[in-house]
Amino acid sequence: MSLDATYTKEIPLVESRTSFKDIDHDIALPTETKPTKGWWIAFLISLTALSIGGVALGFTIFYGIGMWGNNQPVAWAFGIINFVFWIGIGHAGTLISAILYLFRQKWRTGIARFAEAMTIFAVMTAGIFPIIHTGRPWLAGYLIPLPNMNGVWVNFYSPLLWDVFAVSTYFTISFLFWGIGLIPDLATLRDKTTSRVKKTIYSVLSLGWTNSNRNWSNYERAYLILAGISTPLVLSVHSIVSFDFAVSVLPGWHTTIFPPYFVAGAIFSGFGMVSTVLIIVRKVFNLQHIITVNHLETMNKILLATGMMVGYAYGMEFFIAWYSGNTFEQFIFINRAFGPYAWSYWIMVSCNVIFPQLFWFKKIRRSIPITMVLVILVNVGMWFERFVIIVTSLHRDFLPSSWAMFTPTLTDLGLLLGSFGFFFTFLLLFLKSLPLVSISEIKAVVEGAQPTVHPHPNTNGQHHG
Amino acid sequence: MLKKIINKVKEFDTVRDEDRRSNKLYGKAALYNTPNEITLAAAEVAGKGYKNFDVYTPYPMHGMDDAMGMPPPKIGYVSFIFGITGTGLALLMMIWMSSINYPNIIGGKPFFGLPGAIPITFESTVLLCGIATVLGLIILFSKMPKLNSPLNNTEFMSRVTSDKFGLVIQADDEKYIEDEVLKLFSETKAFEVQDIYYRESNLIQKTPLFDWRFTAAIIGTALITAVVSYVTLNYVLYETVPFNWMWKQGRIDAQSRSDFFPNKSGMRDPVTGTVARGFMPYEYAGMPDSAVKLLSNPVAVTKKSIERGQERFNIYCSPCHGYFGDGDGRLRDQFPKPPSLHNQKVKNWSDGNIFHVITNGQNVMPSYAEQVSKEDRWAIVNYIRALQRAKDASEEDLEKAK
Repeated sequence: MSLDATYTKEIPLVESRTSFKDIDHDIALPTETKPTKGWWIAFLISLTALSIGGVALGFTIFYGIGMWGNNQPVAWAFGIINFVFWIGIGHAGTLISAILYLFRQKWRTGIARFAEAMTIFAVMTAGIFPIIHTGRPWLAGYLIPLPNMNGVWVNFYSPLLWDVFAVSTYFTISFLFWGIGLIPDLATLRDKTTSRVKKTIYSVLSLGWTNSNRNWSNYERAYLILAGISTPLVLSVHSIVSFDFAVSVLPGWHTTIFPPYFVAGAIFSGFGMVSTVLIIVRKVFNLQHIITVNHLETMNKILLATGMMVGYAYGMEFFIAWYSGNTFEQFIFINRAFGPYAWSYWIMVSCNVIFPQLFWFKKIRRSIPITMVLVILVNVGMWFERFVIIVTSLHRDFLPSSWAMFTPTLTDLGLLLGSFGFFFTFLLLFLKSLPLVSISEIKAVVEGAQPTVHPHPNTNGQHHG
Repeated sequence: MLKKIINKVKEFDTVRDEDRRSNKLYGKAALYNTPNEITLAAAEVAGKGYKNFDVYTPYPMHGMDDAMGMPPPKIGYVSFIFGITGTGLALLMMIWMSSINYPNIIGGKPFFGLPGAIPITFESTVLLCGIATVLGLIILFSKMPKLNSPLNNTEFMSRVTSDKFGLVIQADDEKYIEDEVLKLFSETKAFEVQDIYYRESNLIQKTPLFDWRFTAAIIGTALITAVVSYVTLNYVLYETVPFNWMWKQGRIDAQSRSDFFPNKSGMRDPVTGTVARGFMPYEYAGMPDSAVKLLSNPVAVTKKSIERGQERFNIYCSPCHGYFGDGDGRLRDQFPKPPSLHNQKVKNWSDGNIFHVITNGQNVMPSYAEQVSKEDRWAIVNYIRALQRAKDASEEDLEKAK
């Protein structure tokens, strides 16, 4: 089972006819050379952000979540915003590696490994937040149905518990998917490296993979199955995250559009983040011929499509608020757009819906500097989308006497910064230690890589093509 | 000294076990230049009836399974079986936990409801299916990890993991005849043929389980894990703020010192001239004669009051007086033995006298006015009366009890 269906004449996936040896060399180069000055600067910035986040985390754990700006009625704020934001970032990776695989989109090979790694690190980052939001993270074991001295079990009908299952399954499956993709590449690196230490590490990690066709056959099938189960999984994860809100009875949260709206938003924000990082990475690691402008253009098209889906959801929420005749619903949406947090609403709308419209123009889609600016705006806009959903729905409660504004504290901001530091530290370490493009998949889509003859074993010693 | 060690390591490095080859042939390996050549060669070799052969390509090659005459991969069965197992396990878990083992009413909903159980059932299906697929692929179908495969660490392997296409016919194949294999390779345009020999370590049958280093590593890991978890759970997580489960709090415990108050006592005296509710001072303190004369039992002898009296008696009196008032309490050798409550003197006492002793104390017995409320003291008196009667029961009492 493989990517053999060719529907349209495509632009070559790898620019300038590259030999297999060159592919090995180009992709393995970052793992074989000393880090450049640029990498060190980026790494130090990430580490600094991570340390600030670490201090904020220490405060949070030691003094409790009273260190955050959360109050009544805004009991959910940065913690949940960051959780939803980072989980969403992860979704692009699975979309690229699983859904585009099922759709036979060969162009995915150039960016799949990298996007999958981003998924894993984003889910790791996201996972921190709900756990620290419980207030006593060292008791997180109670989140899973383990026998305990109280004899009581978790509530299986709570969306918060569904989250626990969805996020942990998502992480595990993404990690396995990424891991089996790495095995053949690690085998290539094992046979390529000259360093004894590296060879030992790669040998162990590649588990003695030999590129044997009897293994490839099962490997390809396993990859297809994983892609098949990851596809509904990725859709389920953000749907379940949206249930955290939709299952409650709060106006602004209690809507049936939430699951598809969240999934579209997740893919939108994920592609925004993948593009942001990819534009820098392909330049720094000299992979412009493997991660081409064509890739970026295709991703911009997806951004345009998902951005409009998100825009449709914004509009539909307003429409339903009017059409339902529910005064609470109407109040909350008018308050969103024109109330005290109107600035955040308009940041969201302009970054997610208005600016991405520029991608209708081919010149802009293929212009790297403009793409860079737009995708950063997408990241900002999607973070504010979660801010708008959570904070503006909560700060005007049913009871006007308990209305309150939300102001983040330094600890909140430190944790937000720290989450970026955590994510980018892992990402930078990944970039220098593992092949950031799948070597075996790229080789398989190079022109002339696949045989033009398709013989069967013939006992007469004859073969037919 | 350091140089010596480095040399020693280098020496060890160059003669690592797994690189040493025996003179037993594993098979003949041929290298090909193009995808078409290798595909045709594979069909040729399969057509000649060889069984123990394999093709090695840097990436999965389309149509190779057909060329080699391989059956379709079976890993899907593993995924399916484990996926279904995940579904079933999740449903059984939720049914058992939420409606059998600990039924919990949540919002008046049924203990088990299928719609609400779908998300976890789905996630569990995917989780088990995914893990089984990957483990099945690695362990069952690829027989990995196999770090000591004879092919690893060969020139052949470093070519097929990079840019060439290889074909190996194993020497243990029934049809293996050296000349014919070589002829086949040259006919199919192989540009290079290599002999692959087994490693010496491949030929020694030994189980790592009985290697002392392996056992030591397992025991060492277990010990370290045990010590680290013990220290973490009992000292780091249990004693340290904020992991101490809130048993250490910023409050002042009874009878503890506090520098906050001028008299350094954590406990506060009542405001002068006030009396706490239920703690009216005892008006016959130190006046047993008046008490005996003037006090009468206000608590009626009912089953309830006797049961209350029994409970209080067992808590406050039984340590010295014993559960039945015989004076043989649990503190008998550590504290002066009190007289039996069944002697004639106590039997003859009025209720007020017993009440007075409990309230006021007598000899080494302190006052229990602070610990036992007034009503409870009277209830204890009633219970003591019941004990006295039971200990000395007459035939008539037995008749009545019937």
